[in-house]
Amino acid sequence: MSKGMHPIISSGLLLGIIALLGTALLAGVNDLTKERIVEQEKLRVQQQLNEIAPLQSYNNDLLEDVMEIEDTDFFHHSAAIPVYRARLNGQPVSVVMIVTAPDGYNGDIRLLIGINASGTVLGVRVISHRETPGLGDPIEAEKSDWILNFAQKSLNNPDSSGWAVKRDGGEFDQFTGATISPRAVVKAVHRALLYFQVHKLAIFDAPANPEVRHD
Amino acid sequence: MTDVSLKKIFTDGAWQQNTGLVVLLGLCPLLAVTSTVVNGLALGLATMATLILSNLSVSLLRGLLKPEIRIPAFVLIIASVVTVIELLMHAFFYDLYRVLGIFIPLIVTNCAIIGRAEAFASRNRPLASVVDGFATGLGFCITLVLLGAIREFAGRGTLLAGADMLLGDWASSLTLSIIPDYSGFLLAMLAPGAFFGLALLIAARNAWAAKADSRPQNPAFEQVQNKS
Repeated sequence: MSKGMHPIISSGLLLGIIALLGTALLAGVNDLTKERIVEQEKLRVQQQLNEIAPLQSYNNDLLEDVMEIEDTDFFHHSAAIPVYRARLNGQPVSVVMIVTAPDGYNGDIRLLIGINASGTVLGVRVISHRETPGLGDPIEAEKSDWILNFAQKSLNNPDSSGWAVKRDGGEFDQFTGATISPRAVVKAVHRALLYFQVHKLAIFDAPANPEVRHD
Repeated sequence: MTDVSLKKIFTDGAWQQNTGLVVLLGLCPLLAVTSTVVNGLALGLATMATLILSNLSVSLLRGLLKPEIRIPAFVLIIASVVTVIELLMHAFFYDLYRVLGIFIPLIVTNCAIIGRAEAFASRNRPLASVVDGFATGLGFCITLVLLGAIREFAGRGTLLAGADMLLGDWASSLTLSIIPDYSGFLLAMLAPGAFFGLALLIAARNAWAAKADSRPQNPAFEQVQNKS
Protein backbone atom coordinates (compact mmCIF):
# COMPACT_ATOMS: atom_id res chain seq x y z
CA MET A 1 0.00 0.00 0.00
CA SER A 2 1.94 3.00 -1.22
CA LYS A 3 1.23 6.40 0.25
CA GLY A 4 0.02 7.87 -2.99
CA MET A 5 -2.81 5.35 -3.33
CA HIS A 6 -6.32 6.42 -2.55
CA PRO A 7 -7.45 4.68 0.66
CA ILE A 8 -10.50 3.19 -1.05
CA ILE A 9 -8.33 1.60 -3.71
CA SER A 10 -5.84 0.17 -1.25
CA SER A 11 -8.65 -1.17 0.93
CA GLY A 12 -10.31 -2.68 -2.09
CA LEU A 13 -7.07 -4.29 -3.15
CA LEU A 14 -6.55 -5.73 0.30
CA LEU A 15 -10.06 -7.17 0.35
CA GLY A 16 -9.45 -8.55 -3.12
CA ILE A 17 -6.29 -10.27 -1.92
CA ILE A 18 -8.11 -11.81 1.02
CA ALA A 19 -10.88 -13.02 -1.28
CA LEU A 20 -8.27 -14.47 -3.62
CA LEU A 21 -6.55 -16.34 -0.79
CA GLY A 22 -9.88 -17.66 0.44
CA THR A 23 -10.84 -18.78 -3.05
CA ALA A 24 -7.49 -20.50 -3.57
CA LEU A 25 -7.92 -22.36 -0.29
CA LEU A 26 -11.44 -23.45 -1.25
CA ALA A 27 -10.36 -24.56 -4.70
CA GLY A 28 -7.61 -26.67 -3.16
CA VAL A 29 -9.86 -28.33 -0.60
CA ASN A 30 -12.56 -28.85 -3.19
CA ASP A 31 -10.05 -30.62 -5.41
CA LEU A 32 -8.95 -32.85 -2.56
CA THR A 33 -12.45 -33.84 -1.46
CA LYS A 34 -14.31 -33.89 -4.78
CA GLU A 35 -13.80 -37.53 -5.63
CA ARG A 36 -14.52 -38.76 -2.16
CA ILE A 37 -17.75 -36.78 -2.00
CA VAL A 38 -19.00 -38.33 -5.24
CA GLU A 39 -18.06 -41.76 -3.92
CA GLN A 40 -19.91 -41.17 -0.67
CA GLU A 41 -23.04 -40.06 -2.53
CA LYS A 42 -22.91 -43.19 -4.67
CA LEU A 43 -22.36 -45.39 -1.66
CA ARG A 44 -25.40 -43.97 0.08
CA VAL A 45 -27.66 -44.57 -2.92
CA GLN A 46 -26.25 -48.08 -3.25
CA GLN A 47 -26.95 -48.80 0.42
CA GLN A 48 -30.50 -47.52 0.13
CA LEU A 49 -31.12 -49.67 -2.92
CA ASN A 50 -29.62 -52.75 -1.30
CA GLU A 51 -31.98 -52.50 1.61
CA ILE A 52 -34.72 -53.21 -0.92
CA ALA A 53 -33.02 -55.25 -3.62
CA PRO A 54 -30.80 -57.97 -2.08
CA LEU A 55 -27.22 -57.71 -3.32
CA GLN A 56 -26.97 -61.38 -4.27
CA SER A 57 -30.12 -61.28 -6.43
CA TYR A 58 -28.51 -59.32 -9.29
CA ASN A 59 -25.12 -58.83 -10.87
CA ASN A 60 -25.35 -55.62 -12.89
CA ASP A 61 -24.31 -52.15 -11.76
CA LEU A 62 -27.59 -50.90 -10.36
CA LEU A 63 -26.42 -47.29 -10.16
CA GLU A 64 -25.60 -47.21 -13.88
CA ASP A 65 -28.63 -49.16 -15.10
CA VAL A 66 -31.18 -46.46 -14.48
CA MET A 67 -33.88 -44.77 -16.55
CA GLU A 68 -36.55 -42.17 -15.88
CA ILE A 69 -40.33 -42.28 -16.12
CA GLU A 70 -42.28 -39.10 -16.67
CA ASP A 71 -46.02 -39.49 -16.33
CA THR A 72 -47.50 -36.57 -14.46
CA ASP A 73 -51.09 -37.65 -15.04
CA PHE A 74 -50.65 -41.15 -13.73
CA PHE A 75 -48.55 -40.36 -10.67
CA HIS A 76 -50.22 -37.01 -9.90
CA HIS A 77 -46.79 -35.50 -9.60
CA SER A 78 -44.54 -33.76 -12.10
CA ALA A 79 -41.24 -35.08 -10.73
CA ALA A 80 -39.49 -37.56 -13.00
CA ILE A 81 -39.30 -41.02 -11.45
CA PRO A 82 -35.87 -42.64 -11.49
CA VAL A 83 -36.05 -46.41 -11.96
CA TYR A 84 -33.03 -48.56 -11.11
CA ARG A 85 -33.10 -51.92 -12.88
CA ALA A 86 -31.56 -55.04 -11.36
CA ARG A 87 -30.62 -57.88 -13.73
CA LEU A 88 -28.99 -61.26 -13.24
CA ASN A 89 -26.90 -62.22 -16.27
CA GLY A 90 -28.95 -59.80 -18.33
CA GLN A 91 -32.32 -61.21 -17.24
CA PRO A 92 -34.66 -58.69 -15.51
CA VAL A 93 -34.85 -59.38 -11.77
CA SER A 94 -36.40 -56.32 -10.16
CA VAL A 95 -36.70 -52.55 -10.22
CA VAL A 96 -36.37 -49.91 -7.56
CA MET A 97 -38.47 -46.80 -8.26
CA ILE A 98 -38.21 -43.45 -6.50
CA VAL A 99 -41.84 -42.38 -6.34
CA THR A 100 -43.23 -39.20 -4.82
CA ALA A 101 -46.55 -39.44 -3.01
CA PRO A 102 -48.08 -35.99 -3.55
CA ASP A 103 -50.78 -36.20 -0.88
CA GLY A 104 -48.98 -36.43 2.46
CA TYR A 105 -50.25 -34.34 5.36
CA ASN A 106 -47.46 -31.83 4.79
CA GLY A 107 -46.77 -32.30 1.12
CA ASP A 108 -44.56 -34.73 -0.72
CA ILE A 109 -43.43 -38.07 0.67
CA ARG A 110 -40.55 -39.57 -1.31
CA LEU A 111 -40.55 -43.34 -1.41
CA LEU A 112 -38.19 -46.02 -2.56
CA ILE A 113 -40.29 -48.89 -3.92
CA GLY A 114 -38.75 -52.20 -4.93
CA ILE A 115 -40.78 -54.50 -7.21
CA ASN A 116 -39.58 -57.83 -8.60
CA ALA A 117 -40.14 -58.85 -12.19
CA SER A 118 -43.28 -60.81 -11.35
CA GLY A 119 -44.89 -57.76 -9.77
CA THR A 120 -44.40 -58.50 -6.07
CA VAL A 121 -43.24 -55.75 -3.74
CA LEU A 122 -39.74 -56.37 -2.40
CA GLY A 123 -39.95 -53.55 0.06
CA VAL A 124 -40.73 -49.88 0.56
CA ARG A 125 -38.75 -47.19 2.40
CA VAL A 126 -39.38 -43.51 3.00
CA ILE A 127 -36.54 -41.29 1.76
CA SER A 128 -37.90 -37.96 2.87
CA HIS A 129 -41.11 -36.53 4.26
CA ARG A 130 -42.43 -33.67 6.37
CA GLU A 131 -45.17 -35.51 8.24
CA THR A 132 -45.92 -34.54 11.83
CA PRO A 133 -43.34 -35.97 14.25
CA GLY A 134 -44.98 -38.46 16.56
CA LEU A 135 -48.14 -38.80 14.47
CA GLY A 136 -47.32 -39.35 10.81
CA ASP A 137 -43.67 -40.31 11.08
CA PRO A 138 -44.18 -44.01 11.89
CA ILE A 139 -44.05 -44.38 8.10
CA GLU A 140 -40.25 -44.36 8.62
CA ALA A 141 -38.69 -47.78 9.05
CA GLU A 142 -36.64 -46.43 11.99
CA LYS A 143 -39.78 -45.43 13.87
CA SER A 144 -42.04 -48.44 13.33
CA ASP A 145 -42.40 -51.68 11.40
CA TRP A 146 -45.43 -50.47 9.51
CA ILE A 147 -43.64 -49.88 6.20
CA LEU A 148 -42.27 -53.45 6.27
CA ASN A 149 -45.80 -54.78 5.75
CA PHE A 150 -45.59 -53.95 2.06
CA ALA A 151 -43.08 -56.71 1.37
CA GLN A 152 -44.60 -59.63 -0.55
CA LYS A 153 -47.71 -57.65 -1.45
CA SER A 154 -48.81 -57.52 -5.08
CA LEU A 155 -51.80 -56.48 -7.17
CA ASN A 156 -53.53 -59.79 -6.35
CA ASN A 157 -52.56 -59.73 -2.70
CA PRO A 158 -54.60 -57.89 -1.65
CA ASP A 159 -56.92 -57.15 -4.57
CA SER A 160 -57.52 -53.60 -5.61
CA SER A 161 -60.15 -52.84 -2.95
CA GLY A 162 -57.69 -53.99 -0.30
CA TRP A 163 -55.07 -51.43 -1.39
CA ALA A 164 -56.21 -48.79 1.09
CA VAL A 165 -55.97 -48.09 4.79
CA LYS A 166 -58.48 -49.83 7.06
CA ARG A 167 -60.55 -46.71 7.55
CA ASP A 168 -61.13 -46.67 3.79
CA GLY A 169 -62.06 -50.36 3.82
CA GLY A 170 -58.62 -51.63 2.88
CA GLU A 171 -56.07 -53.94 4.46
CA PHE A 172 -53.42 -51.56 5.74
CA ASP A 173 -53.33 -50.14 9.25
CA GLN A 174 -53.50 -46.43 9.80
CA PHE A 175 -51.86 -44.81 12.84
CA THR A 176 -53.54 -43.43 15.90
CA GLY A 177 -54.27 -39.84 15.03
CA ALA A 178 -52.86 -40.08 11.53
CA THR A 179 -54.64 -41.52 8.53
CA ILE A 180 -53.43 -39.19 5.82
CA SER A 181 -49.75 -40.16 5.86
CA PRO A 182 -50.27 -43.94 5.62
CA ARG A 183 -53.04 -43.42 3.08
CA ALA A 184 -50.68 -41.42 0.86
CA VAL A 185 -48.02 -44.14 1.07
CA VAL A 186 -50.46 -46.97 0.33
CA LYS A 187 -51.83 -45.13 -2.70
CA ALA A 188 -48.36 -44.39 -4.04
CA VAL A 189 -47.23 -48.01 -3.74
CA HIS A 190 -50.42 -49.24 -5.39
CA ARG A 191 -49.94 -46.76 -8.21
CA ALA A 192 -46.34 -47.89 -8.74
CA LEU A 193 -47.49 -51.52 -8.99
CA LEU A 194 -50.19 -50.65 -11.50
CA TYR A 195 -47.73 -48.71 -13.62
CA PHE A 196 -45.16 -51.47 -13.47
CA GLN A 197 -47.69 -54.11 -14.51
CA VAL A 198 -48.52 -52.21 -17.69
CA HIS A 199 -45.09 -50.83 -18.59
CA LYS A 200 -42.79 -53.59 -17.36
CA LEU A 201 -41.27 -54.41 -20.73
CA ALA A 202 -40.77 -50.78 -21.66
CA ILE A 203 -39.09 -50.11 -18.31
CA PHE A 204 -36.60 -52.95 -18.68
CA ASP A 205 -35.93 -52.25 -22.38
CA ALA A 206 -35.37 -48.49 -22.11
CA PRO A 207 -31.75 -47.45 -22.60
CA ALA A 208 -29.80 -46.71 -19.43
CA ASN A 209 -29.14 -43.11 -18.56
CA PRO A 210 -26.44 -43.08 -15.89
CA GLU A 211 -26.85 -39.32 -15.49
CA VAL A 212 -30.06 -39.95 -13.59
CA ARG A 213 -29.55 -39.92 -9.86
CA HIS A 214 -31.99 -39.33 -7.04
CA ASP A 215 -30.92 -37.11 -4.16
CA MET B 1 1.91 -12.24 27.79
CA THR B 2 2.20 -14.67 30.66
CA ASP B 3 0.59 -18.01 31.22
CA VAL B 4 -1.71 -16.50 33.80
CA SER B 5 -3.38 -14.32 31.23
CA LEU B 6 -3.79 -17.27 28.85
CA LYS B 7 -5.51 -19.06 31.69
CA LYS B 8 -7.78 -16.10 32.21
CA ILE B 9 -8.55 -16.01 28.48
CA PHE B 10 -9.45 -19.67 28.73
CA THR B 11 -11.78 -19.40 31.73
CA ASP B 12 -13.38 -16.28 30.28
CA GLY B 13 -14.15 -17.98 26.98
CA ALA B 14 -15.25 -21.31 28.33
CA TRP B 15 -17.06 -20.26 31.50
CA GLN B 16 -17.36 -16.59 32.45
CA GLN B 17 -18.46 -15.56 28.96
CA ASN B 18 -19.83 -18.90 27.78
CA THR B 19 -21.36 -18.27 24.36
CA GLY B 20 -24.43 -20.42 24.81
CA LEU B 21 -25.20 -19.83 28.48
CA VAL B 22 -24.05 -16.30 29.28
CA VAL B 23 -23.64 -14.27 26.11
CA LEU B 24 -26.50 -16.16 24.45
CA LEU B 25 -25.07 -15.95 20.95
CA GLY B 26 -25.44 -18.61 18.27
CA LEU B 27 -28.74 -19.82 19.69
CA CYS B 28 -30.20 -20.81 16.34
CA PRO B 29 -27.89 -23.81 15.76
CA LEU B 30 -27.76 -24.41 19.48
CA LEU B 31 -31.49 -24.97 19.63
CA ALA B 32 -31.91 -26.60 16.25
CA VAL B 33 -29.39 -29.43 16.22
CA THR B 34 -29.28 -30.51 19.84
CA SER B 35 -31.81 -33.32 19.56
CA THR B 36 -29.02 -35.82 20.32
CA VAL B 37 -25.60 -35.76 21.99
CA VAL B 38 -23.83 -36.74 18.79
CA ASN B 39 -25.42 -33.97 16.72
CA GLY B 40 -24.53 -31.43 19.39
CA LEU B 41 -20.97 -32.69 19.64
CA ALA B 42 -20.48 -32.64 15.88
CA LEU B 43 -21.73 -29.10 15.42
CA GLY B 44 -19.84 -28.03 18.54
CA LEU B 45 -16.57 -29.40 17.16
CA ALA B 46 -17.18 -27.81 13.76
CA THR B 47 -17.87 -24.47 15.43
CA MET B 48 -14.79 -24.82 17.62
CA ALA B 49 -12.60 -25.52 14.60
CA THR B 50 -14.09 -22.50 12.85
CA LEU B 51 -13.44 -20.26 15.85
CA ILE B 52 -9.82 -21.37 16.19
CA LEU B 53 -9.03 -20.98 12.49
CA SER B 54 -10.88 -17.70 12.03
CA ASN B 55 -9.33 -16.21 15.18
CA LEU B 56 -5.89 -17.28 14.02
CA SER B 57 -6.34 -15.83 10.53
CA VAL B 58 -7.80 -12.56 11.80
CA SER B 59 -5.03 -12.21 14.35
CA LEU B 60 -2.34 -12.80 11.74
CA LEU B 61 -3.89 -10.19 9.44
CA ARG B 62 -4.73 -7.70 12.18
CA GLY B 63 -1.91 -5.31 11.25
CA LEU B 64 -3.19 -5.00 7.69
CA LEU B 65 -6.90 -4.69 8.29
CA LYS B 66 -8.02 -1.10 8.34
CA PRO B 67 -11.10 -0.37 10.43
CA GLU B 68 -13.34 0.35 7.45
CA ILE B 69 -12.82 -3.02 5.79
CA ARG B 70 -12.45 -5.23 8.82
CA ILE B 71 -16.04 -6.51 8.88
CA PRO B 72 -16.13 -7.65 5.22
CA ALA B 73 -12.67 -9.13 5.70
CA PHE B 74 -13.87 -11.09 8.74
CA VAL B 75 -16.87 -12.34 6.81
CA LEU B 76 -14.65 -13.49 3.93
CA ILE B 77 -12.30 -15.29 6.27
CA ILE B 78 -15.05 -16.96 8.28
CA ALA B 79 -16.98 -17.99 5.18
CA SER B 80 -13.86 -19.57 3.68
CA VAL B 81 -13.08 -21.48 6.85
CA VAL B 82 -16.64 -22.73 7.21
CA THR B 83 -16.82 -23.85 3.58
CA VAL B 84 -13.59 -25.80 4.01
CA ILE B 85 -15.06 -27.51 7.07
CA GLU B 86 -18.28 -28.22 5.19
CA LEU B 87 -16.39 -29.86 2.32
CA LEU B 88 -14.33 -31.96 4.71
CA MET B 89 -17.43 -33.12 6.59
CA HIS B 90 -19.17 -33.93 3.33
CA ALA B 91 -16.23 -36.12 2.35
CA PHE B 92 -15.36 -37.77 5.65
CA PHE B 93 -18.43 -37.61 7.92
CA TYR B 94 -21.11 -38.07 5.34
CA ASP B 95 -23.92 -39.27 7.62
CA LEU B 96 -23.39 -36.39 10.00
CA TYR B 97 -23.26 -34.01 7.09
CA ARG B 98 -26.72 -35.26 6.09
CA VAL B 99 -28.07 -34.93 9.63
CA LEU B 100 -26.69 -31.45 10.33
CA GLY B 101 -27.55 -30.27 6.82
CA ILE B 102 -27.99 -26.53 6.49
CA PHE B 103 -26.56 -25.85 9.95
CA ILE B 104 -22.99 -26.47 8.82
CA PRO B 105 -22.94 -23.63 6.27
CA LEU B 106 -24.95 -21.56 8.75
CA ILE B 107 -21.99 -21.61 11.16
CA VAL B 108 -20.95 -18.54 9.13
CA THR B 109 -23.83 -16.62 10.63
CA ASN B 110 -23.03 -17.58 14.21
CA CYS B 111 -22.52 -14.13 15.74
CA ALA B 112 -20.19 -15.59 18.32
CA ILE B 113 -17.55 -16.14 15.65
CA ILE B 114 -17.51 -12.66 14.17
CA GLY B 115 -17.87 -11.39 17.73
CA ARG B 116 -14.63 -13.07 18.81
CA ALA B 117 -12.88 -11.90 15.64
CA GLU B 118 -13.89 -8.31 16.30
CA ALA B 119 -13.60 -8.18 20.08
CA PHE B 120 -10.53 -10.35 20.56
CA ALA B 121 -8.58 -11.67 17.61
CA SER B 122 -8.26 -8.33 15.84
CA ARG B 123 -6.49 -6.91 18.92
CA ASN B 124 -4.40 -9.80 20.20
CA ARG B 125 -1.46 -11.98 19.31
CA PRO B 126 -2.06 -15.22 17.37
CA LEU B 127 -1.39 -17.51 20.35
CA ALA B 128 -3.80 -15.69 22.63
CA SER B 129 -6.36 -15.61 19.81
CA VAL B 130 -6.09 -19.34 19.26
CA VAL B 131 -6.56 -19.96 22.98
CA ASP B 132 -9.56 -17.65 22.96
CA GLY B 133 -11.05 -19.45 19.95
CA PHE B 134 -10.47 -22.82 21.56
CA ALA B 135 -11.97 -21.76 24.89
CA THR B 136 -15.00 -20.08 23.35
CA GLY B 137 -15.53 -23.08 21.07
CA LEU B 138 -15.12 -25.50 23.95
CA GLY B 139 -17.67 -23.63 26.05
CA PHE B 140 -20.12 -23.64 23.15
CA CYS B 141 -19.45 -27.30 22.40
CA ILE B 142 -20.00 -28.36 26.00
CA THR B 143 -23.28 -26.45 26.06
CA LEU B 144 -24.41 -28.20 22.89
CA VAL B 145 -23.46 -31.61 24.27
CA LEU B 146 -25.23 -31.02 27.59
CA LEU B 147 -28.37 -29.76 25.90
CA GLY B 148 -28.20 -32.71 23.50
CA ALA B 149 -27.87 -35.10 26.44
CA ILE B 150 -30.88 -33.62 28.25
CA ARG B 151 -33.05 -33.73 25.14
CA GLU B 152 -31.93 -37.14 23.94
CA PHE B 153 -32.42 -38.68 27.36
CA ALA B 154 -35.82 -37.09 27.91
CA GLY B 155 -36.98 -37.52 24.34
CA ARG B 156 -35.70 -40.97 23.41
CA GLY B 157 -34.35 -42.56 26.56
CA THR B 158 -30.93 -43.06 24.98
CA LEU B 159 -27.54 -41.38 25.02
CA LEU B 160 -24.97 -41.23 22.23
CA ALA B 161 -27.31 -42.70 19.61
CA GLY B 162 -25.61 -42.49 16.23
CA ALA B 163 -22.09 -42.23 17.67
CA ASP B 164 -20.94 -44.36 14.74
CA MET B 165 -21.68 -41.43 12.41
CA LEU B 166 -18.92 -39.42 14.10
CA LEU B 167 -16.47 -42.06 15.25
CA GLY B 168 -16.81 -44.97 12.86
CA ASP B 169 -18.56 -48.32 13.08
CA TRP B 170 -16.99 -49.46 16.35
CA ALA B 171 -18.78 -46.64 18.15
CA SER B 172 -22.28 -48.01 17.58
CA SER B 173 -21.71 -49.99 20.79
CA LEU B 174 -21.37 -46.70 22.69
CA THR B 175 -25.08 -46.03 22.41
CA LEU B 176 -26.71 -46.38 25.80
CA SER B 177 -30.34 -47.36 26.00
CA ILE B 178 -30.97 -46.00 29.45
CA ILE B 179 -34.69 -46.65 29.43
CA PRO B 180 -35.44 -49.71 27.30
CA ASP B 181 -38.72 -49.68 25.36
CA TYR B 182 -39.14 -45.99 26.04
CA SER B 183 -42.04 -44.69 24.04
CA GLY B 184 -40.45 -41.26 23.67
CA PHE B 185 -41.31 -37.80 24.92
CA LEU B 186 -41.97 -35.81 21.81
CA LEU B 187 -41.83 -32.38 23.45
CA ALA B 188 -38.15 -32.80 24.26
CA MET B 189 -37.35 -33.53 20.62
CA LEU B 190 -39.23 -30.52 19.24
CA ALA B 191 -38.23 -26.86 19.43
CA PRO B 192 -39.96 -26.10 22.76
CA GLY B 193 -37.92 -28.85 24.40
CA ALA B 194 -34.78 -27.09 23.24
CA PHE B 195 -35.88 -23.86 24.92
CA PHE B 196 -36.80 -25.64 28.15
CA GLY B 197 -33.50 -27.49 28.18
CA LEU B 198 -31.51 -24.32 27.53
CA ALA B 199 -33.40 -22.50 30.26
CA LEU B 200 -32.57 -25.27 32.74
CA LEU B 201 -28.90 -25.14 31.75
CA ILE B 202 -28.73 -21.35 32.11
CA ALA B 203 -30.43 -21.56 35.49
CA ALA B 204 -28.03 -24.28 36.62
CA ARG B 205 -25.03 -22.28 35.48
CA ASN B 206 -26.24 -19.14 37.21
CA ALA B 207 -26.86 -21.03 40.43
CA TRP B 208 -23.43 -22.58 40.27
CA ALA B 209 -21.69 -19.31 39.44
CA ALA B 210 -23.51 -17.53 42.23
CA LYS B 211 -22.53 -20.18 44.72
CA ALA B 212 -18.91 -20.30 43.61
CA ASP B 213 -18.70 -16.55 43.73
CA SER B 214 -18.94 -15.49 47.35
CA ARG B 215 -20.14 -12.06 46.28
CA PRO B 216 -23.80 -12.17 45.34
CA GLN B 217 -24.17 -11.34 41.67
CA ASN B 218 -27.40 -9.43 41.59
CA PRO B 219 -29.70 -7.67 44.05
CA ALA B 220 -32.46 -10.22 43.76
CA PHE B 221 -30.10 -12.93 44.82
CA GLU B 222 -28.90 -10.81 47.73
CA GLN B 223 -32.42 -10.31 49.00
CA VAL B 224 -33.17 -14.00 48.92
CA GLN B 225 -29.97 -14.68 50.82
CA ASN B 226 -30.71 -12.08 53.44
CA LYS B 227 -34.12 -13.53 54.12
CA SER B 228 -32.90 -17.04 54.58
